[in-house]
Amino acid sequence: MTLTANSHLAELYRTMRRIRTFEERVGELFVRGQSAGSMLHLSIGEESSAAGVCDVMKPQDTFTTHHRGHGIFLARGADPRRMMAEIGGKETGYCHGKGGSMHIADMALGHLGANAIVGGGIPAVVGAGLSSKYLKQDSVSIAFFGDGAMQQGILYESMNMAALWSLPVLFVCVNNQYGMGTRIDQATRNTAFDERARAFGLNGAVVNGLDVEEVRDAARWLIDDARAGKPGFLSVEVYRFFGHARMDKSPYRAEVEELEGRKKDPVLFARAKLIESGLESAAALDALDREIAAEMDATIDFAVESRAPALSSMFRDVYAVGEPEPEPVRARIDRVLAREDA
Amino acid sequence: MPAMTYRDALRQALDDAMTEDKSIVVIGEEVGRYGGAYGVTKDLIKVHGPERLIDTPISEPAIIGAAVGAAMTGLRPVAELMYIDFLGMTMDQLANQAAKIRYMFGGQIGVPMVLRTQGGTGRSAGAQHSQSLEAWIMHTPGLRLAMPATVADAYHLLRQSLTKPDPVVFIEHKALYTRKEEVDLSADPLPWGKAAVRRQGDDLVIVTYSRQVLYALEAAEALARKGIEATVIDLRTLNPLDFDTIRTHVERVGKAMVVSEGVMTSGVAAELCARISEECFDFLEQPVIRVAGEDIPISVSQELESGSVPSARIIAEVAERLTA
Ligand SMILES: Cc1ncc(C[n+]2csc(CCOP(=O)(O)OP(=O)(O)O)c2C)c(N)n1
Ligand SMILES: [Mg+2]
Repeated sequence: MTLTANSHLAELYRTMRRIRTFEERVGELFVRGQSAGSMLHLSIGEESSAAGVCDVMKPQDTFTTHHRGHGIFLARGADPRRMMAEIGGKETGYCHGKGGSMHIADMALGHLGANAIVGGGIPAVVGAGLSSKYLKQDSVSIAFFGDGAMQQGILYESMNMAALWSLPVLFVCVNNQYGMGTRIDQATRNTAFDERARAFGLNGAVVNGLDVEEVRDAARWLIDDARAGKPGFLSVEVYRFFGHARMDKSPYRAEVEELEGRKKDPVLFARAKLIESGLESAAALDALDREIAAEMDATIDFAVESRAPALSSMFRDVYAVGEPEPEPVRARIDRVLAREDA
Repeated sequence: MPAMTYRDALRQALDDAMTEDKSIVVIGEEVGRYGGAYGVTKDLIKVHGPERLIDTPISEPAIIGAAVGAAMTGLRPVAELMYIDFLGMTMDQLANQAAKIRYMFGGQIGVPMVLRTQGGTGRSAGAQHSQSLEAWIMHTPGLRLAMPATVADAYHLLRQSLTKPDPVVFIEHKALYTRKEEVDLSADPLPWGKAAVRRQGDDLVIVTYSRQVLYALEAAEALARKGIEATVIDLRTLNPLDFDTIRTHVERVGKAMVVSEGVMTSGVAAELCARISEECFDFLEQPVIRVAGEDIPISVSQELESGSVPSARIIAEVAERLTA
């Protein structure tokens, strides 16, 4: 379906709506008992951080994400069917069912990996920045992480190196106000995170994630500067609409707070902006939403119908193809017992 | 006797110990208001207050390091590491600091802290949240290591850990939290450092710990139906290690198998197997067999996850061949 106007905001809206709908389907996969486990972290409410930053990335740019990274990868062009299959632990998934929701990666799209260690994926972008500079790849490498990672020491070691070596790197904090049940002001005295980056000699900015265009504009100058050798930091302020993971009902925060927080909805905000500015009609956007819903429904079917990985595949990819593989425990036991049987 | 879960027994142990010993504080992510990622410290903040249930930022090296310093200066901290996998970030504070302070400083001071954490497979939690890293601890002199399999041991070993003069790493198994057993917590516990013989039989000895104790017992039941009687030893603590109990039974029976969820190579099972082979050599009728985790990371796929660690079925199969 084509939108009536070719406004760029409509494209950003499409990206955000696809993320939201995908995440809703992830929730369904879990309810149907078809997800691999319950450690599924939905990025509903945070779509603007993914859509806005990824919009100004170039094809050669690379990135890492935290455990709440589905939206970022979708915004970079991921195939949602292969994502859903990975979340279901299936052979057809991006990592053949070995990684799952928290470890999706795709080198073809510059995705150096999602991470289940808070802060674990941050220093890799320093290395990617080093490669970019040394190999003249003209690429920027972006680390996406949550506000919780703001209290991990490795972030500051990474920022310091990036600034010291003038690397094409951007650190993006998706500040959804909470790390599990801990609100940001319960984790630190100073929540002006951009000040920390500036203290290390990086560009630093904070942007309200309600308006995806503001996020995009902030990301643009930061990425441009990073590409020119001045690394940066961006904190996108959003609200985590739902619990930390699927089992968390957020008993630690008041319902009124949640209802207030969910009003800060970047998808609905963009929609209203499109309609009010006369760029799109409500009917056209409804049609787009339906088209996206159908696309995302199909991801569940794809995941459910896909096969589980073959048991023998567990030994593959511990090391490079062609290198000695780990010997199965059973083979070792069999050898010992065979001697005894003889 | 009342039935209790492993989780509630741990919680009860912390509650009782904190009531008796005011120097105990709990430090970790989500331990206070949230009540622990797996609910072990649920509502303890209401009983013992936020000064003693200390919520931290996500800063694991500093959590463990702060516990070390607190332990050197009058407190008895329980540092909680939400997943044992995060040892990767904290090994300096644990292995270079906590474990060596008494020795390096010529015995002047100890580090009476407990690092509570949980490990193992069973929740499709993936490669960075499912490991069994007890070998890292066992390989580090200066650290004690407790790994309860039963509800009663969850209680008693934690209570005992909280009286020890040196750092204790206390590893729970994530698949056991909801396990329920009837327990009488007022009954005298086995002493710290003593293995439990969970089942006695004359055909082979299965030496194991943590969740694999339950799998070994399940396997032993299946074996019994085929006329094979196994002794199942639950080590309870890996440091100190009760080798006397292992020796007694291996010498009596002559066949031994070691089971561990951790990866096979250079793992806990390797150490136990080596020791049995060395010390009980003259009594062994067969080589000691290791049944352990594959030498691979844990996958999120449930099939690959459960297929890469020992199960009751595999233990029984191998035991049957070993005793044939
Ligand atoms: C090193 C490490 N510590 C703790 C955890 C457990 N954990 C997983 S997500 C999370 C909260 C992270 O909060 P934040 O960085 O703000 O990301 P969000 O979940 O809000 O997207 C915690 C404590 C972990 N996975 N890794
Ligand atoms: Mg957060």
